[in-house]
Amino acid sequence: MTRMIVGPFNRVEGDLEVALEVVDGYVAAARVTAPLFRGFEQILVDRPPLDALVVAPRICGICSVAQSAATAAALGVALGLSVPDNGRRVAEMLLSVENAADHLTHFALFFMPDFARAEYQGKSWHSSCVARFAAMKGTSAKKATAARARLLHVIGLLAGKWPHSLALQPGGVAKSVDMGERMRLLSILADFRAYLEDEMFAAPLEEVAALDGPASLDRFVEGHEDGDFAFFLRIARDLGLEKLGAGPGRFLAHGGPLGQGGIWRDGNLLPLDLSGLREDLTSSWMRGGNLHPSKGVTMADADKDGAYSWSKAPRLDGMSMEVGALARQRIIGHPLITGLLEQGGGAGSVRDRVVARLLELALLVPVLEALVRGLTPDGAFCSSGPVPERSFGCGLVEAARGSLGHWLTIERGVIASYQIVAPTSWNFSPRDAAGNPGPLEQALAGTPVAAGEAVPLAVQHVVRSFDPCMSCTVH
Amino acid sequence: MITPPTQTLLWLQAASCGGCTMSALGAEPEGLAEALRRAGIELLWHPSLSEETGAEALAILEDCRAGRRRLDILCIEGAILQGPSGSGRFQILSGTGQPMARWVEALAERAGTVVAVGSCSAYGAMPSANPLLEAVGLQFTGDDKGGLLPEGFRSRNGLPVINIAGCAPHPGWLLESLMALTSGLIEASGLDSLGRPRFWANHLAHHGCARNEYYEFKASAAEHSQLGCLMENLGCKATQAPGDCNIRVWNGSSGGCTNAGYACIGCTMPGFESPGSAFLETPKIAGIPVGLPVDMPKAWFVALSALSKSATPDRVRRNSREDRVVVPPRRRSPT
Repeated sequence: MTRMIVGPFNRVEGDLEVALEVVDGYVAAARVTAPLFRGFEQILVDRPPLDALVVAPRICGICSVAQSAATAAALGVALGLSVPDNGRRVAEMLLSVENAADHLTHFALFFMPDFARAEYQGKSWHSSCVARFAAMKGTSAKKATAARARLLHVIGLLAGKWPHSLALQPGGVAKSVDMGERMRLLSILADFRAYLEDEMFAAPLEEVAALDGPASLDRFVEGHEDGDFAFFLRIARDLGLEKLGAGPGRFLAHGGPLGQGGIWRDGNLLPLDLSGLREDLTSSWMRGGNLHPSKGVTMADADKDGAYSWSKAPRLDGMSMEVGALARQRIIGHPLITGLLEQGGGAGSVRDRVVARLLELALLVPVLEALVRGLTPDGAFCSSGPVPERSFGCGLVEAARGSLGHWLTIERGVIASYQIVAPTSWNFSPRDAAGNPGPLEQALAGTPVAAGEAVPLAVQHVVRSFDPCMSCTVH
Repeated sequence: MITPPTQTLLWLQAASCGGCTMSALGAEPEGLAEALRRAGIELLWHPSLSEETGAEALAILEDCRAGRRRLDILCIEGAILQGPSGSGRFQILSGTGQPMARWVEALAERAGTVVAVGSCSAYGAMPSANPLLEAVGLQFTGDDKGGLLPEGFRSRNGLPVINIAGCAPHPGWLLESLMALTSGLIEASGLDSLGRPRFWANHLAHHGCARNEYYEFKASAAEHSQLGCLMENLGCKATQAPGDCNIRVWNGSSGGCTNAGYACIGCTMPGFESPGSAFLETPKIAGIPVGLPVDMPKAWFVALSALSKSATPDRVRRNSREDRVVVPPRRRSPT
């Protein structure tokens, strides 16, 4: 048996270290370490409740809007506010744009550069991949970066800047949208649609959204090889990425603009019920019991025996859950994702996670277009109300990389507790009291390691396929 | 365009949210990679953008630390965590078993210039609101001189740490600073007393605020989403916060926070994370805001406010409490 430590693990958001035990050319066991503690939950306590709108988004520079949205939603519940339709539309636009931008960043800048590595020289697609996706240089990566910057103009227009704004308020959004701005929003979205249809898919978005299973995906590849999507699928087929990185096969999604939330387990779709959620601290440098986040605590203990990560380990009814685009589309029941999952045994793969993300790019644009078109000229954008002395709120949203929840209690007019369960807390959690691994730890087991590989390529593909955000994880 | 001789840049993320990198990645129109190329910068390694990972990345860092590889510019994003109890173990640079704080100290000694990207790295910012973390900036701890590096620290080229403050900073603040740096145009006199490049820190966030007419007439919003001035009630610090935020294009639109309907929280200032009162409410004594515009004597502010309030046009007063213009400017009738 050989032990390997991979770090600093880059092209993920934030700090990550992965320890591997390799036996006979395969990963036998993996330990995922989040080596940074940021203490945001403690920063929030004792502050005036609305201060959370400033503090919580700063947990994450890549999921900033998602953090804002969860904060605003939790406060909205605590304050008993209802959000006017225009406000809801703008809030959903902001979150949907961030999610689309993040999907694109992940694909073009974090994930694809691995296939441009020298180790893949000799593959039929390698020189093309270098030209398109080499880190900091590839032509597709540059086009994606430009398209992303242009898409973020939606956030510039509605929220002033990205990341970190106060646009999302408990009762809606801080700014109304006038006629000219609505037209500019449509124009920005038209640019993004053009980028996706010309470069990413080489096809109309509606054709991508209508893909309904493995066979239709195979046919799509043959007809659209100029697009980055088909290019990836060709690589995926050549390298067998559909067989790499199976997760737990249990999925969770909170629901959002793309569709319903729920829980997928044992082949069944169940309604979203988080009463059985506990954050297990067995392997975390944390003291305290394994509690539901509405009662949770955060007490750092850097010397705790047996611990190996600053991430807590969320478990639902004692089980790890995979979150992200794949989970969302499984739960929504998109036929392409349902078909791919069923073909591969139901636990997902590197290919499936990437396909789900790119599919969501195609799905998000029409949703955004409809959100803009549905704004009513006379409607309100925000409601308001006083902050109660005592209250409780929970905000559940979907960030690009999965389910994000905020739980807060207000006592004596200030925040008495604030607990956050982030997407990558689910996916990259350490082992729990029963010794069960987190989803990535499980997905890495069985991954091939070739002789002499300092940083096994397949391991990198599996890790990055989750689009982790360690910044959120170690809030 | 004349390209200066190539300078190497290494970027590390200390206790950060990654938002400064994400903001820089939105640089327009040329894009981050092209902007660096034009500045003559060779990126040695960046945690989000480079190919090298694990051992390959570590080799680059070790070569820089040992002086085997020339390090011209060291960019640090995020606060430096010295906790628990001075050990720095709240952030271990993965793959090394060593605290990030030790890595940054060692690399800063080798660097031609050290750049703090964002308020966390400059002053400690949000992480320093948690005392457990023992968070500091590179050369400041909040307002106080001396952070991870001592007050007298000067990098190889004789400069103190350059503080690209902001949460997150505008991509232009960073990239224009880097371009000026590689062109030899940044001198200590070009930085303000808190290490910020003066070309953007000589302005106030208030300059160019689209709400200026409401400010002039003290026609104030009572709630977010209303058009009026955000200073009197909603905590806006734009008249105190350094930055040309409102005279720049930010993610494609003119101006930043106040134009999007919410208060400036002064994110370019040390200590912004703990204002001592609620972020979104203006603390007042006897009805007068405590945080007055910089350079403005209180008596004058009170007198001018009273005068402007008495002269506020009905249009401005009524619009200030609405989320859109309900009373348009009237055309002067021809005489």
